[in-house]
Amino acid sequence: MVQLRLPKNSRMTAGKTWPKPEGAKNVRKFQVYRWNPDNGDTPSVDTYFVDLDDCGPMVLDALIYIKTKIDPTLTFRRSCREGICGSCAMNIDGINTLACIYGMDEIRGDVKIYPLPHMPVVKDLIPDLTHFYAQHESIMPWLETKTNAPAKEWKQSIEDREKLDGLYECVMCACCSTSCPSYWWNGDKYLGPAALLHAYRWIIDSRDEATGERLDDLEDPFKLYRCHTIMNCTKTCPKGLNPAKAISNIKKMMVERAV
Amino acid sequence: MRFLTARKRAEGLGAAHSGTEHHWYMIVSSVGLALIVPIFLFVFGRALGGTHDEVIDTFSNPAVAILTILVLYVGLQHFRKGAQTMIEDYAGGMTRKILIISVTVLSYGMIATGLFAVLKIAL
Repeated sequence: MVQLRLPKNSRMTAGKTWPKPEGAKNVRKFQVYRWNPDNGDTPSVDTYFVDLDDCGPMVLDALIYIKTKIDPTLTFRRSCREGICGSCAMNIDGINTLACIYGMDEIRGDVKIYPLPHMPVVKDLIPDLTHFYAQHESIMPWLETKTNAPAKEWKQSIEDREKLDGLYECVMCACCSTSCPSYWWNGDKYLGPAALLHAYRWIIDSRDEATGERLDDLEDPFKLYRCHTIMNCTKTCPKGLNPAKAISNIKKMMVERAV
Repeated sequence: MRFLTARKRAEGLGAAHSGTEHHWYMIVSSVGLALIVPIFLFVFGRALGGTHDEVIDTFSNPAVAILTILVLYVGLQHFRKGAQTMIEDYAGGMTRKILIISVTVLSYGMIATGLFAVLKIAL
């Protein structure tokens, strides 16, 4: 059931304002969501000032600056720093994106950073992605074959390989799914744009022999048909992919085999 | 508290193996309504403001009566299925089921009332 207001223990309170770095002339104000499950407090927004002359250009650089030089308790995921691992997905300036490839110069005014929306929070900027990953696993993200494995390799034409472009690049950062209102309201049953994009990646793979079973498993009013083509997923994808188109193609295949 | 694995929660009760028929009906009825509603509005607009006899005369015309019946039936079926989708989006549990039943009863009730009125005028 839709909840229009956050529960009491999730409502935001004013947090701590940390002092400006000494001697810094070029500072930028950051407002960062904080929540620690261990102290029993409600979430708050802490204010930090980052010395831009001593920091890289990306939002992740600023977060690392804050953690290293101001507040070591700030918690967030990060790994590759070049948009490949998808770890540093968060809501920056109202947009779900990867902190490592989102430049501070793309933001006007204060930089506001929150965890990915509508997901349980583990701590600070870390969302709990357990269910998201389990949904991905449920679409069988691997090659399913029935024919005996060939001696060398499963062959694929250049044209068929090209069909995977725009699909295989997904890094499972969860920006798309957590920007989707249908996923917010019915995330327990609706697979969401990321899992469906991956499902289409295997459905359209010419080497896969479980196309029918994959479509059978998706044919459901909630798993697939909660997508109302809102397109937030496509708008927010930090890799420039189009999950809405992939979902639309799955729906077309569903109609194709029924009509 | 239930000790379920993440995969068990994600799988839930499995796929219902339905939904495509609903999806396809909404597309077909949208195209149909896009064609017949403008014609109906034109006919209805011309009858609007006329005397009782003129209106009766308009809707006694077999073509207009059939058009009106089509708009009523296809339009309200489209409404019923659209409203069901909306309810499934925003409501859950028993509330969801009660609302879907209510919308279904309302839609069929309006279809039956409309059909009765048109047939009474036309026949």
